[in-house]
Amino acid sequence: MAVMTYREALNLALREEMRRDPRVFVMGEEVGLYEGAYKVTQGMLKEFGEKRIIDTPICESGFTGVGVGSAMLGLRPVIEMMTFNFSILALDQIVNSAAKLCYMSGGQYNIPLVVRGPGGPASQLAAQHSQSMETYFYHVPGLKVVRPSTPADAKGLLKSAIRDDNPVIFIESETLYAIKGEVPEDPDFLVPLGQAAIRREGTDVTVVAYMGMLYRALEVAEELAKEGISMEIVDPRTLRPMDTESILNSVRKTHRCAVIEAGAGFAGMGSEIAAEIQEEAFDDLDAPVCRITGENAPMPYARNLELLKTPSKAKIADAIRKVCA
Amino acid sequence: MITKVLMPKLSEAMETGKVIKWLKKEGDAIKGGDVIAEIETDKANVEIEAFGSGLLRKILIGEGGQVPVGELIGVIADPADDISKMAAPAAAAPAAAPPTAPPAAAPAPPPVPAMESYTSVPETSAVVPMAPTPSAAPAAGGRVKASPLARKVAGQTGVDLRLLQGTGPGGRIVRRDVESAAESPRPAAAAPAASAAPARPVPAPARPQFVIPQRTGAEFEDRPLSSMRAIIAKLMPLSKGPVPHFYVTSEVSMDRAWALRAELNALEGQPKVSVTDMIIKASASALLKNPGVNAQLQGQSIRVFHRAHIGLAIALDEGLITAVLRDCDAKPLGQIAVEARDVAERARGGKLRAQELSGATFSISNLGMYDVEEFSAIINPPEGAILAVGSVLEKPVVEDGQLRVGRRMKMTISCDHRVMDGAMGARFLQDVKRLLEEPLRLLV
Repeated sequence: MAVMTYREALNLALREEMRRDPRVFVMGEEVGLYEGAYKVTQGMLKEFGEKRIIDTPICESGFTGVGVGSAMLGLRPVIEMMTFNFSILALDQIVNSAAKLCYMSGGQYNIPLVVRGPGGPASQLAAQHSQSMETYFYHVPGLKVVRPSTPADAKGLLKSAIRDDNPVIFIESETLYAIKGEVPEDPDFLVPLGQAAIRREGTDVTVVAYMGMLYRALEVAEELAKEGISMEIVDPRTLRPMDTESILNSVRKTHRCAVIEAGAGFAGMGSEIAAEIQEEAFDDLDAPVCRITGENAPMPYARNLELLKTPSKAKIADAIRKVCA
Repeated sequence: MITKVLMPKLSEAMETGKVIKWLKKEGDAIKGGDVIAEIETDKANVEIEAFGSGLLRKILIGEGGQVPVGELIGVIADPADDISKMAAPAAAAPAAAPPTAPPAAAPAPPPVPAMESYTSVPETSAVVPMAPTPSAAPAAGGRVKASPLARKVAGQTGVDLRLLQGTGPGGRIVRRDVESAAESPRPAAAAPAASAAPARPVPAPARPQFVIPQRTGAEFEDRPLSSMRAIIAKLMPLSKGPVPHFYVTSEVSMDRAWALRAELNALEGQPKVSVTDMIIKASASALLKNPGVNAQLQGQSIRVFHRAHIGLAIALDEGLITAVLRDCDAKPLGQIAVEARDVAERARGGKLRAQELSGATFSISNLGMYDVEEFSAIINPPEGAILAVGSVLEKPVVEDGQLRVGRRMKMTISCDHRVMDGAMGARFLQDVKRLLEEPLRLLV
C-alpha cells in the first residue's frame, strides 16, 4: 500500500489500464505536451506516445464524437474534459450518442467510453466553472456516473470505469486532487461500480455525502459526536447505478437521514434519495429526510458570497441537529 | 336546480358530524322535506331533511364518514344538471376530519340556484399557490402527528398514539415517545430488581407458597373514545373548572308521593308516572317560584328564565345525554310523564331531534334506580344549577318522638355561585321538598 495523492492515483490507474489493454487511449485538450491542465496525465505522453495520448483542438463536441466513434469500432477511449463544465458542449454526443447507441443498435454496438475530468465547486472559478455537473448526467438511462471521493476510490473506480463496456461519466474534483491517501498498488485492484462505502459508522442518523461535502460531513460528525449525535456517513461513490440498498440498510438502522450536496437542491441527488427512502423504508423513518444543499443560485465569484453558496459546516451541523431533534 | 346537502350544525358545540346512514340511494327522487340521512352529532343521532327537490345525484360522504360541519356530503339535482365539479371534492375521503373547520355559514342553506359558486372552487387546492390555505389547521386538530416509525412501533407495542405528547419537532410523536410510553406502565422491570436485592439469607416461610398460574390475555385494553365520550370529556372540565360549584342537600319524605304515584298508576287509561316525572314537575314549579335558580350567567348579566325547560339526564351505553323537556311549568304531570318516556326511548335509539338537545334552563339527574343514597352532579353549562336525585329508601324515621319506617329520598342541588348563593339553593330545595311531601300540589 502506497500513500499518494488523488491525482497520482488517477495517473496510476490510467497507466495500469493502458499497459494492460492496448485499446485504451487518452484524448483531450492539453493532455499530451502540457501533461494535463491538472497534471493527471503527467508523464504519459512520454510513456505511451502521441498515438495513445492525443492533444485535441478546443472542440468538446468534436473530440467526444471521435471518442464515441472509436468506441463503436472497438477501442476504449478515455476522454478528458479540462473541466466538466465544458462537457455541456459535448452533451449531444454523450446523451444522444454514447448513452443510446447500444439500445438503438439492438446491442450491436457497445460504447466502452470514459469521459473524465474535474467538476463541482472549487475556489473562485465563478458561475460557469463551478457546477455540479453530475446532475445533468445521472438522469440519462444508458450512462453510469461516478464521483470518487478518496485516492483509493479514484484509482479503483477509474479502472472499473475503463473496463466497463458502457459509457461512464467520471467526475473528479479540483479540490481533492492534492489530498493524500493509501492506495493499493496491485494492478488488479478494482472498486466495483454501484457500490457505496460506509465512511463512518454511527447510530443516530444516516448522512449521504460525496466529494467535498463528504469531508465536511466527517468534520461535522466529530463535532456532533461531542453533543451525543452519532452520524453514520455513507459515500455512494457511484451515483448511477446508485447503491440504494446500502443507504436503505443504514436508514433502517438509524431511522433518520440527511443528504448533503454541493449543488442546488431542486431535483438533485437528495431529492432522488429522499424519494427512494420514503418508498422503500417509510415505516422506518422517525423524521423526514433532510436535504442539505447549495443555494438555488449561480455560483458567485466574490469569495464571501461563494462561501455562502455551498453548505457550510455550521449549516450542515444545524440541519443534522434538526433531523435528530 | 342543484341543492347542496351539507353537514348541518346541530348544536353549538358541534364541529364535526358523521353520516350514519343514507336513507336514500343515489338516483332516488327527492322532494324538499324528505328525510334523506341520519347524522351522528357530538351527542345524538339526528335525521336530516332535503332542502330541495330532484334526484339524489351524488353521495360524497358514505356511511361512517365524518366531516366538519358545512362540508358537502351530497348533491341533489335534476338529471340534466352538470354536477361534475362537485363530484370529487378533496375533502371526500377523510374519516377523521379536523375539528378546526371553518364555521358553516348557515346550518340550513336554501337551495343554491347557480353553479358559479362551485366552478370557482379549484378541484385540487394543492396546485393553487396564490392563496396560502390554512394548512396548519389540520395538523393541530384531529390527526395525530407521529413519525412512520413511531406508528410502526406503536402498532407493535399496542401504545395508543393519541394519548402521547410528542417530543419531536412541532410536537411530532417520534420513536422515543412510544418506547418510553411502552416501557413506563410495566411493573415487570422493577420486580426482578427487587427480588435480586436481598443478599442475606431469609428464613423461608413455613406456609406453602401460593403461586399464581401464568396469566394469559392482555393486561389492559385501550378503547377509542366514542364521539359522545369525547364531547363529555371536553365539556365537563369547562364546567367543573371555571364554574364555582356549591352543593345543598336535603332529605325528602316520599311516603305520600309514593302512595299518590301508586294510586295514579292504578288508574286505567292514564299514563304511568315515575318518581322522576314527579320531581320534574316539582322542580319546574319550584323554579318559577325561585327564578334566581332558573338563571344563568351571560357575561355581564344574569339571564333569568320565566319558563322551566328541564334537561333530563339519560344514561346510555356509551355515555349520557341530556334531553330537554320544554315548558314543564305549564304542562300537567301526565303530559310530562308521556314526554319523558318518549325522549328516553328515542335517546336510547339515537333518534332525538336537534331541538331536543339544547335549551334547558335547569337539569335533573336521577340515579335512584341504582340504589344510590345521594350524589352531586356537575352543572351543564350554561345552565345555573342541576339537581342530583338519589334512591327512595325505606328507613327508620323519627317523627314526634315516635320511631317508624318511612320512605326517604335525598337530593342535592349543584349551584353556580356566580349566579346564586346558598340560601337561594336551599329555598328552592325547600319548595321542591314541600311539593313532593304534599304531592297533591303537583296535580292542581
